Amino acid sequence: MINMQEVLETNNMIAHEKLDVRTITMGISLLDCADADRDRMNQKIYEKITSYARDLVKTGDAIGREFGVPIVNKRISVTPISLVGAASCRAPEDFAEVAKTLDRAAQETGVNFIGGYSALVSKGMTPAEKRLIRSIPQALAETERVCSSVNVGSTKTGLNMDAVRLMGETIRQTAEATKDRDSLGCAKLVVFCNAPDDNPFMAGAFHGVTEADAVIHVGVSGPGVVKTALEKVRGENFEVLCETIKKTAFKITRVGQLVAQEASRRLGVPFGIIDLSLAPTPAVGDSVAEILEEIGLERAGAPGTTAALALLNDQVKKGGIMASSYVGGLSGAFIPVSEDQGMIDAVSAGALTIEKLEAMTCVCSVGLDMIAIPGDTSASTISGIIADEAAIGMINQKTTAVRLIPVIGKTVGETAEFGGLLGYAPIIPVNRFSCESFIARAGRIPAPVHSFKN
Amino acid sequence: MSKIIITIVGKDRVGIVARTCNYLADHNMNILDITQTILQEYFNMMMIVDISRSETGFDDMARELKAVGEEIGVTIQCQREEIFTSMHRI
Repeated sequence: MINMQEVLETNNMIAHEKLDVRTITMGISLLDCADADRDRMNQKIYEKITSYARDLVKTGDAIGREFGVPIVNKRISVTPISLVGAASCRAPEDFAEVAKTLDRAAQETGVNFIGGYSALVSKGMTPAEKRLIRSIPQALAETERVCSSVNVGSTKTGLNMDAVRLMGETIRQTAEATKDRDSLGCAKLVVFCNAPDDNPFMAGAFHGVTEADAVIHVGVSGPGVVKTALEKVRGENFEVLCETIKKTAFKITRVGQLVAQEASRRLGVPFGIIDLSLAPTPAVGDSVAEILEEIGLERAGAPGTTAALALLNDQVKKGGIMASSYVGGLSGAFIPVSEDQGMIDAVSAGALTIEKLEAMTCVCSVGLDMIAIPGDTSASTISGIIADEAAIGMINQKTTAVRLIPVIGKTVGETAEFGGLLGYAPIIPVNRFSCESFIARAGRIPAPVHSFKN
Repeated sequence: MSKIIITIVGKDRVGIVARTCNYLADHNMNILDITQTILQEYFNMMMIVDISRSETGFDDMARELKAVGEEIGVTIQCQREEIFTSMHRI
């Protein structure tokens, strides 16, 4: 039988170390909502989402109460809208209407974000996908809860550089369209390479076409729990360090697994995956950077950061995989700058640069995330950063992503405020040398060779 | 069997166990195990309770026991057992 020590340990994690379940995300297929008539399609989308997710928030809250563990977010992901709207959206404005429908459905069901305003264009773009991408600035400016993502490359297909160029322009236009809110729209827009079909985390969640009609994914969290566990093994060798992370990750993931199974049962929707990511928040004590400091770095960004992060990421996976048979999504340590107080402090102190962050993304999920850059950064420079990050993902067979916020009207030394879970970020300097001629080239970067690994 | 873990934390005083057990008995909830200790002058108690024969639902039980705790100056929390077994048992 459970003993008091174990009960106290669990409740201490929840009360003092910020253990929570970060999100229950319901994936809903909208493929059967496609229609040649735009209004009829919007109606079908609204009805399908609000009927499947009617009890999502209520059920999530009830599970949280009964187990005594906070379930912070309840969210929805849908089939990439570029596919659903291909038959009826003949202009970018038609797609923006779908975004408004998604926003209304999100509001009706009470979820705080809905993801899937997306296009998967890793090899080429259909006219509909181009129209969706062109509609992103308007869609994100005119909605509150809609999140957008675009997959521009994969290990199997190479990089679609036309899409990379277009996304540089789209990010700038989105920043302009939301410049009165520190270019907040860009915080809801992710550019992926090797995007997973079953990611529960925003802003990159969408419901892949390989998924069932509806499915429940759960994203766990708990950087604070890992940090507290590591405080107890200060100065010990790497074996002890790794064992401690693994055991902690196991415990955290088991909570996610329990919540996922319970939510799946109560909602009558199959369980999909657990995403093992250590997801930080701007709250003190809920930071991945603080774990890196506890491992032995003065600040995140110091020499040794990439190695420490690689170790952390791998142990989290090893512990988590033991705890759940269905692990998926992004699964690793997130390093979003604005959502992690330790990262913010590291940038402010000059310890962490965008180049070091790029190196860190080689060994962890997911990429250059929530980084505020000067508002006058050119579209081609943004595309260049996207291309670099996507190349890392393509060559290393991993998911990488870019969520950059060019804060219009602000520059290095100033701070962008996004509010809530999105946090705030000091604006980070970007290399000022041009890559315009590189980005101007049309076509694709071919898929890499899959042997001769060096 | 539907097992609930009740944890009680607070400054020690007369009647904590009595008040809690009265509530459980009144609502047909069976105590399976009790552990208690005093940690740094604070009273810590854990009860494992079976509520499968009770007509009171979890939410009502959690709310009413919380209110009992507030009356006597301790914190009473109810959680389903699975959160602990899934975390601490393979």
